[in-house]
Amino acid sequence: MVNKKKFNPTRTPMPEQPADVRNKNFKEVALGYSREQAIEEANRCIQCKVPMCQKGCPVEIDIKGFIGHLAAGDIPSAYKVIKQTNALPAVCGRVCPQENQCEGSCILGKKHEPVAIGRLERFVADTFDSDSACEMITGDTACSLPNEHVKVACIGSGPSSLTVSGYLAARGVPVTVYEALHEIGGVLVYGIPEFRLPKSIVAREVGALWAKGVTFLPNWVGGKTITIQDLLDDGYDAIFIGVGAGLPWFLNIPGENLVGVYSSNEYLTRINLGRAYDFPNYDTPAPRPRNVAVVGGGNVAMDAARTALRLGAENVYITYRRTQDEMPARREELHHAIEEGVKLELLTSPISINGDENSHVKSMTLQVMELGEPDDSGRCRPVPVEGKTKELEVDMVILAVGTGANPVLLEATPGLSLSKRGYIEADPETGETSIPNVFAGGDIVGGSATVISAMGAGRKAAKTIAERLKVELE
Amino acid sequence: MSNKILRKKALIPGQTSMLVIHAPQIAKKAKPGNFVILRIHSKGERVPLTIADTDQNAGTITIVYLVVGKSSALLETLKEGDTILDVCGPLGKPTHIEKCGTVICVGGGTGIAAMHHIAKGHHRAGNHVVAIVGARSKDLLLFCDELGGFCPELLIATDDGSTGHKGFVTEVLRDRLEKDKDVAEVVAIGPVPMMEAVSKVTKPFGVRTVVSLNSIMVDGVGMCGACRCNVGGETRFACVDGPEFDGHKVDFNELRMRLAQYKNQENESMDLFRSEHGK
Repeated sequence: MVNKKKFNPTRTPMPEQPADVRNKNFKEVALGYSREQAIEEANRCIQCKVPMCQKGCPVEIDIKGFIGHLAAGDIPSAYKVIKQTNALPAVCGRVCPQENQCEGSCILGKKHEPVAIGRLERFVADTFDSDSACEMITGDTACSLPNEHVKVACIGSGPSSLTVSGYLAARGVPVTVYEALHEIGGVLVYGIPEFRLPKSIVAREVGALWAKGVTFLPNWVGGKTITIQDLLDDGYDAIFIGVGAGLPWFLNIPGENLVGVYSSNEYLTRINLGRAYDFPNYDTPAPRPRNVAVVGGGNVAMDAARTALRLGAENVYITYRRTQDEMPARREELHHAIEEGVKLELLTSPISINGDENSHVKSMTLQVMELGEPDDSGRCRPVPVEGKTKELEVDMVILAVGTGANPVLLEATPGLSLSKRGYIEADPETGETSIPNVFAGGDIVGGSATVISAMGAGRKAAKTIAERLKVELE
Repeated sequence: MSNKILRKKALIPGQTSMLVIHAPQIAKKAKPGNFVILRIHSKGERVPLTIADTDQNAGTITIVYLVVGKSSALLETLKEGDTILDVCGPLGKPTHIEKCGTVICVGGGTGIAAMHHIAKGHHRAGNHVVAIVGARSKDLLLFCDELGGFCPELLIATDDGSTGHKGFVTEVLRDRLEKDKDVAEVVAIGPVPMMEAVSKVTKPFGVRTVVSLNSIMVDGVGMCGACRCNVGGETRFACVDGPEFDGHKVDFNELRMRLAQYKNQENESMDLFRSEHGK
């Protein structure tokens, strides 16, 4: 018998595929809690009077509420609570940086390990069939559209637009989502690998939105196939721009256009969207290098490095100009990467990529760095150690050094105010842009960030739209 | 969008075909120089193809393709009435077209189809369009009737001399440029060596020369950077900054090497296709 009174200081471990098995397949790394494990972990929550975890959640999930239901074994009620504010719980439970958000604020974390809120969210979402979300929220099985007299369009089908469409669809507003690529989900399908977020999970959440009356149109490029002005002319009452920040950055160092140098966007899009890991069964080809260097220290760098391992690379290095402690990646992803065999080349910064006689990458020259004084962000500035360089023998380089604003839609939208850095200017409270009734959120407003922050922005915009169109249920 | 193939015509049997596809929204927006990205089946790759013509009233776009690899071979298996899984566009910057006088449009091989759309645009803008088309032999020439319909001059070069000048388009071009010092612009679309050679010919004449780069693309909307090319020492993306660039500034060597990077996989894919289709 488990003594419930005895407090367990450590989290219930997440069942995972062993590192030396999973680094050869694309199946999900974390296998998910069993019902017993989930309830055991939920019971670690002390149900604080003032739950700090909720303040840390960009989409305002009633975390205390859902964990309370789960601890009592009432999974449908737990799901209902989550789904009221989060259109994509199965996604968030997997890819949110919980350590900086809900779990980072959990009071247990001060002395012990915080409650594994993300894992619990994932368990609830996976257990429950999300197709019935409409009924859950509206009490109506038919998913009627009581607000059919208004209509809203979203451009881009990533996390921010999915949130906007989920919020409005639940209030009976017809929403049409225009997507440039052939698959729905934006970064969730082209960027995040299968082993971290299976496509079937994204498809299920998207399917739930279809069921709620959202229309998804793939192969419609915002700014090309359709412009903001076209949508306004078509009588859309509000438009949400959630096109992400998709323009890959390069380093402007010699050798960057050699064969074998990839942006992380290209590499991951080939593998994820094009399923190139299954070439030649799928037609999109993927490179099969032996020694790979990934430049960068964020989640995208981890995803690219772990993907390269799974495609059979013998050595995969992550080169990062600071140390492990400063890496922006989720801790869990970094640990998973190291466990799987990714090697870290810390305090290094590439200065050139060198090619062979066929213009193919053969090595990379790295400047050795050291940590200097803290800069404005409080992080120690990486400073070159004069005259000290390193050669890394690699036949492929993946640059995961960030992305900027993609100009395609912006150039086609006169009157849209942009920030100095080229992103869309949107009111931080409402999400509205300089064009009335045109809203924006996610990476195209703030620059590269997380799935959940994009969803938070989507939620704000959706609330404003609902208020303005007078379709609030509450 | 319906993406239905309304008409299919073998331009060069077994090698080059033309499809007229019902895609009203793309037809409405497409301008000369734009391209589309197709996906032919659920496991297919994204294939960029230049739009060779549009008909806004009929809601159609025309594409012309050369059967070279698995994707184009698969496209070739489709018939009139079939639907293409994904058609995305129009993509890329349209050709810069303004009334400027005499414009020479040079097309080689399948590139003649794309050149035809641009030549038509220049004709409609009121320019005097000289079309120079080239192929290995007479039977491999495309769009000559169409070009002849609106170009006051249609000059032909074939490698074997079966029609027109025996030799390369560049020789015809040089000859034409020498006769007339008032050519405002040269547009060249075709194989990389041809575009490079055209740029070399025009350079001493100081004529603005536009080439259309057929780089490898994945998304085609500026997201992946696969199509990056070196133009005047700067990295540009063919999909959103192009596909047309100043031929005098393009690093053709880099383009050539980047185009060849998937050769092995392309061969593997094609072999598999052949064995599956008993060819």
